[in-house]
Amino acid sequence: MSILEMKNIEKSFADNHVLKGISLHVDKGEVVSIIGPSGSGKSTLLRCATFLETIDSGVISYDGKNAAETVNGKCTYAKNLNDFRHIFGLVFQNFNLFPHYTVLKNMMDAPVSVLHRDKEEVRAECIALLDKMGLAEKANAYPCELSGGQQQRVSIVRALAMQPEILFFDEPTSALDPELTGEVLKVIKQLAEEKMTMVIVTHEMAFARAVSDRVIFMDGGVVVEEGDPEEVFGNTQSERMKQFLRNYDRET
Amino acid sequence: MSLMTIIVKMSEGLGKTCAIFFLTLIFAIPLGMIVALLRGSRFKPVSWFAKTYISVLRGTPLMLQLLAVTYGPYYLFNISVSRNKLIPVVIAFSINYAAYFAEIYRSGIDSMPVGQYEASQVLGYSKIQTFIKIILPQVFRRILPALTNEIVTLVKDTSLAFTVSYQEMFTIGKQIANSQTSFVPFVVAGVFYYVFNVIVGFVMGRIEKRMSYYKM
Repeated sequence: MSILEMKNIEKSFADNHVLKGISLHVDKGEVVSIIGPSGSGKSTLLRCATFLETIDSGVISYDGKNAAETVNGKCTYAKNLNDFRHIFGLVFQNFNLFPHYTVLKNMMDAPVSVLHRDKEEVRAECIALLDKMGLAEKANAYPCELSGGQQQRVSIVRALAMQPEILFFDEPTSALDPELTGEVLKVIKQLAEEKMTMVIVTHEMAFARAVSDRVIFMDGGVVVEEGDPEEVFGNTQSERMKQFLRNYDRET
Repeated sequence: MSLMTIIVKMSEGLGKTCAIFFLTLIFAIPLGMIVALLRGSRFKPVSWFAKTYISVLRGTPLMLQLLAVTYGPYYLFNISVSRNKLIPVVIAFSINYAAYFAEIYRSGIDSMPVGQYEASQVLGYSKIQTFIKIILPQVFRRILPALTNEIVTLVKDTSLAFTVSYQEMFTIGKQIANSQTSFVPFVVAGVFYYVFNVIVGFVMGRIEKRMSYYKM
């Protein structure tokens, strides 16, 4: 069954029609990468999926329940949106850690004060998670004391601490230099091996090809090409994506 | 009158000076937050009300506001002027300083990166939780220097209570100066205010230091 199902999503900012009837479904355990040029709407799609932007029309459902639906052209959101928020996690491009909280508090606070879970239980889980990510000794550090790569890894474990069914990544390595990019990609890869359901918006083509079960190429607010990574990258059909990949190769 | 006598007499008013100072802080700091939040309200009449409040309270002299709050009730409703002038004085100071604090809070709230709100929202924090747990502590840290500025000014402004003859330190000093035709009480007052503000500066510096365990 699909964890996430987005259907015919339309989104405009003033005169700028960003998403033009786009659809996306993500099954349990699947890793989906979304690639495409800047301004193609991939980040907006993710922000719509996580309710940071409201859609103009379309359907968003999680676990078969509608979070947003459009009836007779009128889009309405469910009243209990916060219940849906517990289903997903989002990792931001620029981390957005809470600077006044330690690493451990960053992770623990939402499970405790939002999900009202037992504090000691959450603490044990979070410490185990940090340990697994090789961040155990940073538990009591503040975000400003960490490198960019460490900060992004902390923001990943912060999202994981909420035990989401699906994890979204919005260009998770774009704010990092190449050296630090590797450590973050390694974590995501590790999660993929553990069958974590993930949607990754990225500019890291080689990574997308290696880690994904499915790749989506977006341009101009629509899906241009979609499928198995080997097929999409190895046997690109559309002229637009060929051009994009050529430009990309030239740059790197 | 000897210098010692002047100092002793004026220090008798220091308790009242401190009363104005601390009570004003206790009331104006939360009141300013309320005004700042109302000003940011999406409901136009509410934000308009808060803007007008700030505009009037900042745009007219504190001295006039003191007179208005103390004697206004008498002229308007024939209510006798209260014996204990501390009440009208603290009311006038609190509503005035709340206007300034509100603008400082607003500058702090507006300076918060939107990512902090977005991260909180995605993690499922309610709006109130987000504000109290995530935004407010960071805002407070950001505005502390500006707040210190206002608090230092407040120390000196307590002297304005002389206009309604509230017997705080400066009022007593002024009375002595008049009766003795002496400038000495003003010098003493200056020293008192300066020492008070050195202490304020020290305390605020300590608070700033304690809060600087993280970078934004």
